[in-house]
Amino acid sequence: MASRAGPAAGRGMNTRFAQFKLVLLGESAVGKSSIVLRFVKDQFDSYRESTIGAAFLTQTISLDENTTVKFEIWDTAGQERYKSLAPMYYRNANCAVVVYDITQSASLDKAKAWVKELQRQANENIIIALAGNKLDLVNEQPDKRAVPTAEAEAYANEAGLLFFETSAKTAENVQELFTAIAKKLPLDQVGPRHTRPGQRPGGVSLGPAEGRDTQAGGACSC
Amino acid sequence: MEEISPKYDVIVLGTGLTECILSGVLSVKGKKVLHIDRNDHYGGEAASVNIEALFKTYGNYTKGEEPWKKYGRANDWNIDLVPKLLMSSGQLTNILVSTDVTRYLEFKQVAGSFVQQGTGPKATVAKVPSDAGEALKSPLMGIFEKRRMKSFIEWVGTFDLKDPSTHKGLDMSRNTMKEVYDKFGLEAGTRDFIGHAMALYLDDSYVDTPGKAPDAIERIRLYGNSVARYGKSPYIYPLYGLGELPQGFARLSAIYGGTYMLNTSVDEVLHEGSKAVGIKATMGGADSPEKIQFETKADMILGDPSYFPGKVKVVGHVLKAICILKHPLAGTNDSDSCQLIIPQSQVGRKNDIYIACVSSAHNVCPKGYYIAIVSTIAETTSNHHLELQPGLDRLGKIEEQFMGAPIPLYEPIDDGRADNIFISKSYDATSHFETTTDDVKDIYYRATGEELKVEGLRDVQVAEQ
Ligand SMILES: Cc1cc2nc3c(=O)[nH]c(=O)nc-3n(C[C@H](O)[C@H](O)[C@H](O)COP(=O)(O)OP(=O)(O)OC[C@H]3O[C@@H](n4cnc5c(N)ncnc54)[C@H](O)[C@@H]3O)c2cc1C
Ligand SMILES: Nc1nc2c(ncn2[C@@H]2O[C@H](COP(=O)(O)OP(=O)(O)OP(=O)(O)O)[C@@H](O)[C@H]2O)c(=O)[nH]1
Ligand SMILES: [Mg+2]
Repeated sequence: MASRAGPAAGRGMNTRFAQFKLVLLGESAVGKSSIVLRFVKDQFDSYRESTIGAAFLTQTISLDENTTVKFEIWDTAGQERYKSLAPMYYRNANCAVVVYDITQSASLDKAKAWVKELQRQANENIIIALAGNKLDLVNEQPDKRAVPTAEAEAYANEAGLLFFETSAKTAENVQELFTAIAKKLPLDQVGPRHTRPGQRPGGVSLGPAEGRDTQAGGACSC
Repeated sequence: MEEISPKYDVIVLGTGLTECILSGVLSVKGKKVLHIDRNDHYGGEAASVNIEALFKTYGNYTKGEEPWKKYGRANDWNIDLVPKLLMSSGQLTNILVSTDVTRYLEFKQVAGSFVQQGTGPKATVAKVPSDAGEALKSPLMGIFEKRRMKSFIEWVGTFDLKDPSTHKGLDMSRNTMKEVYDKFGLEAGTRDFIGHAMALYLDDSYVDTPGKAPDAIERIRLYGNSVARYGKSPYIYPLYGLGELPQGFARLSAIYGGTYMLNTSVDEVLHEGSKAVGIKATMGGADSPEKIQFETKADMILGDPSYFPGKVKVVGHVLKAICILKHPLAGTNDSDSCQLIIPQSQVGRKNDIYIACVSSAHNVCPKGYYIAIVSTIAETTSNHHLELQPGLDRLGKIEEQFMGAPIPLYEPIDDGRADNIFISKSYDATSHFETTTDDVKDIYYRATGEELKVEGLRDVQVAEQ
């Protein structure tokens, strides 16, 4: 069952646990899914084909000994391609990673449009990170760069976004990206843990989905 | 803009719940689906809209004024256009679970299920008893009737269609529900709430139809099982409104490769001989700067009645009034949500009046508000507000009322096998989605020639990959 109310959290003796919904946006082929794959499974695949049947993935990071943050990561499933993303996708998203490809300048324009859309549609307090992906290509061949770091960084500062240049291929800055988001999330405001639907007053959990919140709803074929 | 494929297995028109379930299921089964809606939002007739959109849909305000402003942020409202609830042990719940669409949604119980007895100032509202124990406490019946009701409910629990020894000497293929009621000596008022508030029949035609008893018993059992699942009522409801349901199934379809295009109008259905073989369509709505025309083929086309006006017939009209309240319904123990049924016989009608009420507990409106939808099947050709009046009378002070013309209910004229166009039915006047899922199964069978098995749908597919 999806946690719709995020942030959901609990406190043990000295430990904190919080769960947040993270959505991915950006032009096709900029590496959204690859960044997630690197973050969640520490893998990269140059010839990846569409995987089907993965609802969303979860990954947990420890900020320090006592603080654990769990991301519930939603991919667009392609519904954005013809401007048909459902409101459900943004609903209660606590954070978003908007990705562009630093070797394709048009992809930054697309990213800016997504940021606007998020600011219009999503939670007021959503934390947005801008990720300029495929850094490895530029490290290899500097003339491939189409978006100067300074330009994207200036935009990110102005719009109040976290900013990283990443490579899903080499893993550069991928962990850092998610850690920075986790640190910026309002861990202190979290109340009692609401993730388990049965624990929300009157909430119900349907069928056997309970307790099966590992990767991709048990249905990921990868 | 992404290349549009020249050929799909299935084109689905309209993103109502029926279409989205079919789209999701077909995608899971490996079909290549193109799913189109002329609107810029998911849900079609089954959408949930914000309060500004609701005012604009019904147009009941003076131009230049913005009456929605006094209701807070428009987006805090998710008002259903179709008043329905989910039976917690019903078919839609099964489909949600077997497709894992539950992962995108969160449900809450509906706090109570009530029935009205009597009319006018003498009318009483009481909880519908769901088991033998509750029957014994119910104010709906006198002391002796309670015992008869208890033994009836216990019998329903043990009834087995295949075991004639549980049939009380009746022939289930020929006898009527009236004869079953007679066996237990149940009074007219009791038959009324059993048939209408538990079996959820909209009229009384089931009583005298030979062979209908097993269906009635099955419905009473579904009611009882649904109550037993979470306790308070047989119903559950998704946070943020029913419009989340089509979105959830659309996401399922997309995850399995379905292509989604909102804001896209179908200009022409292409035919070869008598068969539909594709469509011409235009992406980009009326006020969109860029329009993209395209043509694509498909083995079959599914859609809601609005896409095929020449291929559907009107089978009735539903009357509906969406009302905004600032208080819970009287007589419901201040329930944050409920269903209240006014059986036809209590108010001199042929069809029941339903009231479905939800509130901020379901994230469909700001705190302090309640959304109640009163509905029934039209029995007259004018003065429709009078038909809804017994329901409106139950609401107390109404802040805002939205009531349009009677809503026509459509059904396809043909089953679609001749032209490969498979059309769904309109959402009917029932209070739940059981008939919607029947339609899903029926269309699936007509279109594919196979029975739709929902159990283990996704598990099987993953195993096959
Ligand atoms: C976390 C994650 C792990 C993946 N693991 C694999 C894998 O091991 N092998 C493989 O062949 N493909 C995997 N994929 C799928 C693959 O990366 C993408 O689906 C594909 O590159 C592009 O798909 P798309 O653009 O058609 O759809 P997208 O819009 O990218 O996504 C379609 C759906 O696929 C799922 N998905 C997308 N990317 C991934 C992904 N990287 N891992 C799991 N599910 C995903 C998401 O739930 C999404 O809703 C994975 C995807 C994600 C998000
Ligand atoms: N060199 C390099 N290639 C990358 C990187 N990230 C992704 N790619 C490649 O870029 C292509 C697209 O990556 P995806 O992760 O599928 O991109 P996406 O944004 O999910 O695309 P859509 O799902 O179509 O929206 C794949 O061939 C990846 O292997 C990266 O950091 N470096
Ligand atoms: Mg992807």
